[in-house]
Amino acid sequence: MTTASGARVDARGWGWRHAGRLRPAVSELDLVVEPGERVLLLGASGAGKSTLLAGLAGVLGGDEEGDATGELLVDGRPPADQRGRVGLVLQDPDSQVVLARVGDDVAFGCENVGVPRDETWRRVDEALDAVGLDLPRSWPTAQLSGGQKQRLALAGALAMRPGLVLLDEPTANLDPEGVVEVRDAVGRVVEASGATLVVVEHRVSVWLPVVDRVVVLAAGGGVLADGRPDEVLGRERERLTEAGVWVPGAAPAAPVRHRASSAGPLLQAEQLAVGRRGTRGPAVATGVDLVVDDARAVVLTGPNGAGKSTLALTLAGLLAPAGGSLRAADLLADGAGPSPSRWRSRQLLSRVGTVFQDPEHQFLTATVRRELAVGPEALGESPAEVGSRVDELLARLRLDHLAGANPFTLSGGEKRRLSVATVLASRPRLLVLDEPTFGQDARTWRELVALLAALVDEGRSMVAVTHDAEFVAALADDVVALDRAPAREAAS
Amino acid sequence: MSLLAAVETDRLVGRLNPVAKLLAALVVSLVLLLSIDAVSAGVALVLELLLLPWAGLSARQLLRRTAPLWIAAPTSVLVTALYGRDEGPVLLQLWWISVTDGSLALALAIGLRILAVGVPGIVLLATTDPTDLADGLAQVLRLPARFVLGGLAGLRLAGLFADDWRQLALARRARGVADGRGPVAAARRFGGQAFSLLVLSVRRGSKLATAMEAKGFGSDATRTWARPSRFAARDAALVAVGVLIAAAAVAAAVVAGTWEFVLA
Amino acid sequence: MSVSVSANESSSSRDERPTAPTSPRKPSRRWRVVDIVVASVIGVACGVVFWAWGLAWTPLDSALSFLPGLSGLLAGGWLFAGVLGGLVIRKPGAAIYTEVMAAVVSMLIGTQWGFSTLIWGVLQGLGAELVLAAFLYSTWRLHVALLAGAGAGVVVALLDTSFSSIAATAVEYKVVYGVSAVVSGVLLAGLLSWLAARGLARTGALSRFASGRSAEARV
Repeated sequence: MTTASGARVDARGWGWRHAGRLRPAVSELDLVVEPGERVLLLGASGAGKSTLLAGLAGVLGGDEEGDATGELLVDGRPPADQRGRVGLVLQDPDSQVVLARVGDDVAFGCENVGVPRDETWRRVDEALDAVGLDLPRSWPTAQLSGGQKQRLALAGALAMRPGLVLLDEPTANLDPEGVVEVRDAVGRVVEASGATLVVVEHRVSVWLPVVDRVVVLAAGGGVLADGRPDEVLGRERERLTEAGVWVPGAAPAAPVRHRASSAGPLLQAEQLAVGRRGTRGPAVATGVDLVVDDARAVVLTGPNGAGKSTLALTLAGLLAPAGGSLRAADLLADGAGPSPSRWRSRQLLSRVGTVFQDPEHQFLTATVRRELAVGPEALGESPAEVGSRVDELLARLRLDHLAGANPFTLSGGEKRRLSVATVLASRPRLLVLDEPTFGQDARTWRELVALLAALVDEGRSMVAVTHDAEFVAALADDVVALDRAPAREAAS
Repeated sequence: MSLLAAVETDRLVGRLNPVAKLLAALVVSLVLLLSIDAVSAGVALVLELLLLPWAGLSARQLLRRTAPLWIAAPTSVLVTALYGRDEGPVLLQLWWISVTDGSLALALAIGLRILAVGVPGIVLLATTDPTDLADGLAQVLRLPARFVLGGLAGLRLAGLFADDWRQLALARRARGVADGRGPVAAARRFGGQAFSLLVLSVRRGSKLATAMEAKGFGSDATRTWARPSRFAARDAALVAVGVLIAAAAVAAAVVAGTWEFVLA
Repeated sequence: MSVSVSANESSSSRDERPTAPTSPRKPSRRWRVVDIVVASVIGVACGVVFWAWGLAWTPLDSALSFLPGLSGLLAGGWLFAGVLGGLVIRKPGAAIYTEVMAAVVSMLIGTQWGFSTLIWGVLQGLGAELVLAAFLYSTWRLHVALLAGAGAGVVVALLDTSFSSIAATAVEYKVVYGVSAVVSGVLLAGLLSWLAARGLARTGALSRFASGRSAEARV
């Protein structure tokens, strides 16, 4: 790949305040990044990391969207004048795919900066090769996995031959395989091209092999620490852990457990086959045998596409089984019948609580308080009872100060806590969670694991789908590993 | 969505410029809408049906895609027959419902027109890829690239709607609010889900806009096109065919004396 | 990003949102990329609803056919895209653009009206656009939304009673149709869109738009 010379970044007293906010997102930032350096940018949430990257890419918007102070320069000129010199990859794989075919999507950036047609297609092939996407140009982008989509976004940025590559939490929404794919692709590319790299990520150990400098932004403005990775991580270990960074070498503390005794099985699956459309449509996993016991946690693991989420939704009674049998014991069914998928919505509510992978799919109302009240009200509880349950949950999950806020305006960790809280409001016996720790920083992770451990200790059961090995170690009583082949194993 | 997906075809129709297809269908529709009479609609329909073998669709695909027409045409025929403008001898009278010669003629005209206007649009668009159409609109018709491509990006996001909708429905069942029979409950559920879908889509759209800007989109710099869209002789021929069909329909109606300009 | 809260940013920044903008911002008339994409997304979402409404139209129309003009009450179901787009984007041309996008999408999926969907869409959008223009694109309160809905209703009433199958009915039915269409426009297109826009703003989805920033929702 032809080398693109690395870009130089200069920030002198730079600050940005979004329109409609009182406090600036970034203030008094003085930073210099030399061409070819590879920087890992850390900091507590609210320290302005994403804003800085957006500013460097020139996408913060003009006067209509905020006020800038000081100077932020790429190669000595404002970033907005140099589209194509800076490439940016964001966190959400689905929101970065522009066109329907792989080749067209990668060519998009080149078209925008005025690269001639033949040269464009040459660069497209090079970029796809560089990120390791071995697919024909007409491959539909809708059929790509999350990791592939992120690599596609990276290829699209690379085709413009940028001197500065910016990555904003690129692996947060990916499974472990995808994380490694993206990291390796980035490593290869900056090695070959000599471009400057700035990565924002809280999974530090993943990026350590690639970066040569760590910069920590302070929450109030300015730079907290700046230097070689081992130095900074050693010195600031405590502050970083407090801020939610996954500092390598510090294993997350396992919660203290006081186990309750199990009253017997709640759900029994025999040769269960599950499909995304329930009884119609193909089965994505077959021959599953598992038992969910009272006051125990079962974790479902396996590669992408093995059908873990579909299995979880079937166990939760939201999808009908495609084959085999799924029976709920009386302990769970409480008179509603043995098939969870036949239960009415209200019956399901008080027996099984489901937390979806994307909390936003579950929000129904306009304030946090009303959101928590939905469940109890649907069960017909008295207003006094509803009120007291809501207050209890607000306090337990530290959401009191947000009681009047709109659920969509919460941060990622708060949304996750809210979705768990709404499920608890109707006091179900079984909790089903789909990727509960996806994309969470270390602090939220700790809180969530402690909460779930306490719930299981109180006597609830849990079924969780996860890629997270630490989660499995901390909470699982049984592990069911789904392969693409029907065979699986249960291990305590 | 499967109905939005273009049918892949190696036949000639797949190589025609989408803009030509658009213009041809538009011309026919516009002209036919100017009059309600059985002759113009009938002539146009016959000519269109003669050209169907070149449409590049199998019989099954054709029936599936034109399904809305087969439901709509008979219903409109019925409604018009019962309530249409009355002229001539009365054939049936019940309270204020009257079926006359005149209203029957109108009913036939309306039915034929629905088919004649619907068929070319559906059939031609069935083999059109949205990206190719966008390329054509921007390169051939010189529409502003920002709007055409921005619109295309928004259209692509629609592909995620079906999955989102299903997830939203499952989530509502899990939250205990999916019971309730009856139109009011169904309407409330639909409205709530539609609003959630709107919120999710707008958020995704904002993020996509940022990603597009980061790739240099939206600036005033000159843009190149990786996929050329050329308007060739055969494309002009297709538009000419559309014009001819429209002209034939009008001529036949005028000659038969049934042309009635609606605004007159 | 310019999104108000990205994942994992703390919530403390939300407490400081003022109830009024701290410095007056002159709204630009030029469409940004985010304006185009979000208008398209709204248009596409509405287009899908339009298509579904079009399917439901046939049975509903038969149900209302005891008095033929009454099917005008259903007309508003195809008018709200323009008003909603105008209220959210707040730039010249937003109403037409969104309504046209919605018409195109519903047409692509397949409606019985074929290409006339597109033509109707352009003119319906124009009906709403003219009202918004009359207010100089600077007022966005409820009465403007209702009037914009009415404007689109008037347009569709004129179009349908001249060109579509309603044109084949007697004059009394045309009048009933016209009135019903305007009422439907006010309620389904005006009121519903205004509520939807306000709801959207409250969720913070419109943080990059002026329409999102003027909604209070202080914690």
